[in-house]
Amino acid sequence: MSKAKFLKGASRRSMLQQFGAAAIGISFSGGLAGCGGGGGRTVNFYNWDTYIGPTTLDDFREASGATVNMSLFANNDELFARLRAGNPGFDVIVPSNEYVTRMSQAQMIQELDRTLIPNFANLAPEFQDAPFDPGRLYSVPYTWLTLGIGYRKSAVRAKGVEVPDSWGYLFDNPLFTQRIAVLSESADLIRLAAKYKGHSVNGIPEAMLSEIEQMLIRQKPHIKAFHEDDGQDLLVSGEVDVVMEYCGDIAQVMADGSDDFGWVVPREGTLINQDCLCIPVGAPNVADAHAFINYLLDAEAGKKITEEILYPTPNAAARALMPESYRNNPVIFPSAEIMAVSEYGAFEGDEKSRMYEEIFTRISAA
Amino acid sequence: MEQSWKQAKAAFAAIAVPPVAWLVLFFLIPLAVIWAYTFGENTGPVTIDFTGTFANYARALEPLYLQIFGKSLIIAGLTTVLCLIIGFPVALAIAFASPRMKAWLLLLIMLPFWTNLLIRTFALIAVLREQGYVNFALEWLWNNASGFMTLIGLQPFGDYEPLTLLYNNTAVVVGLVYVHLPFMVLPLYSALDRMDRSLMEASLDLGAGHLRTIWAVVVPLAAPGIASGVLITFIPALGAYLTPDLLGGTDSQMIANVIERQFKRANDWPFGAALSFLLMYLTFIAIAAQAFVQRKAERRG
Repeated sequence: MSKAKFLKGASRRSMLQQFGAAAIGISFSGGLAGCGGGGGRTVNFYNWDTYIGPTTLDDFREASGATVNMSLFANNDELFARLRAGNPGFDVIVPSNEYVTRMSQAQMIQELDRTLIPNFANLAPEFQDAPFDPGRLYSVPYTWLTLGIGYRKSAVRAKGVEVPDSWGYLFDNPLFTQRIAVLSESADLIRLAAKYKGHSVNGIPEAMLSEIEQMLIRQKPHIKAFHEDDGQDLLVSGEVDVVMEYCGDIAQVMADGSDDFGWVVPREGTLINQDCLCIPVGAPNVADAHAFINYLLDAEAGKKITEEILYPTPNAAARALMPESYRNNPVIFPSAEIMAVSEYGAFEGDEKSRMYEEIFTRISAA
Repeated sequence: MEQSWKQAKAAFAAIAVPPVAWLVLFFLIPLAVIWAYTFGENTGPVTIDFTGTFANYARALEPLYLQIFGKSLIIAGLTTVLCLIIGFPVALAIAFASPRMKAWLLLLIMLPFWTNLLIRTFALIAVLREQGYVNFALEWLWNNASGFMTLIGLQPFGDYEPLTLLYNNTAVVVGLVYVHLPFMVLPLYSALDRMDRSLMEASLDLGAGHLRTIWAVVVPLAAPGIASGVLITFIPALGAYLTPDLLGGTDSQMIANVIERQFKRANDWPFGAALSFLLMYLTFIAIAAQAFVQRKAERRG
């Protein structure tokens, strides 16, 4: 999941992702160097790249007296792998919905003490509970986001399409042959293909899985790349014309200038993700971790974060402070009809993720 | 005068302990842990039981994965052959350059190591993509040629269609050759540099041409250098995952990409470990083959 602002050429996030991947082999149980030194109270915050306000951490230190050390991860798998062998000293982490379930089942995150998080009341009612964390025992929402199609308006119009508003343009149609890129995340790919076929993203039956596999193998010659979440770069550099990406990445590209880029959440509906604040088991400073989470849910602090990262916020009080251009931006907030047919991907067990992974390996090898 | 290590045991121990301890602590023990994983079973999201099962190896030997191994072997082999063809004349030229020039040329060969592999790969993307420098240069030539055609009264060519140079297997091989060429040139250079020049002079004096001298005299003498160059190019190329990830298309999956995904997305460490160790067994076989070639060459020499 990319939160990086677009830089010319390579994005910071994709670099970080590769560095992270390279480092994983040697960081199975590395301790956190340089943390906790200096005597004062500290909160070790493990976050996505460019996913915080420019002054948020300093503001929190002034308000509470605790210093925040922020380290960055590039995707949920990296976060999970880092904490798998034991918490190396993090106090607050930001896993996505599915991983909240997985990590709570694996007893890697602890129950939150809601009395220490009064700003929970700032959240919009629909975010105060969640199917992936019933009763919100382990997590509070930080941002949410959707997957959709980023496209080059002139190029799709040249093929007679006004808006590519179906997953079929990516999965089941040679129209944009060799001008298509899709995410190389096996689960996202398979779940959205199921959505295209009119099924829920969860509980996909075996027969449909093999249908999806055949469909994607058929479509593969028309797809240029399985991208590593750098789809916005491929779009901007002219390699492809339609690309599966997260809303914020395309919103940032569109905010950067050209009118030629568009964004649509396909009419079949999409996967919603929610990035959540959690406290891992073994966190050294649980009290300040709660204080920090509470601070991030503050209306004014939330506004400053949202202004910077431009992702949808679940914080109703912060959203109310944002300008009209954000609150009613269709790229950031899809329509109610689209939201009604969109779903969260549930954690369906490790066996299922392994099965999805093997399907993706077969598609790539075919 | 040669002195046996037995005569200075204390000094030998003092020198040997740190590297041996390093090797055991940071190489052999972690490797043993991964090896143990290959016989393990997932019992939960973060727990692995060492049950001694061979199921991971059995799965790794399924046709699907063997096919990916085969494809990786072909891509790594092609990379190695290209590196050898390109690297041999380069190494020969450096070996025969003047000492002053030699230092500069070697520096040039090693220069890429000063930059991170990832940065170099992104640079290659900027060169090869549709709006990259190769296509810019070709477009410029095309337009000029087209202008020239108009000038002499013929039909111009029409618009330039950018070449697709990225996101396919060719791009992966180009990227791998670019990255691994120094690994080939350096051992070749050291073998060629140590070679007895009088043997070449003798060959030329006795009437062999330049090509025949290279083929019949230089290449056999450089065989150990070629073997080690081939080995240290082939092994990392076989395990490459960043290059196919970034430069490859939908068809460019190599075995290391599959291994990476087992440790991350699939969260299946035992299976990932089994795939890694299959790769390692292949590497051992390659090293054994290289040692065999070397011994044969020494016996002949």
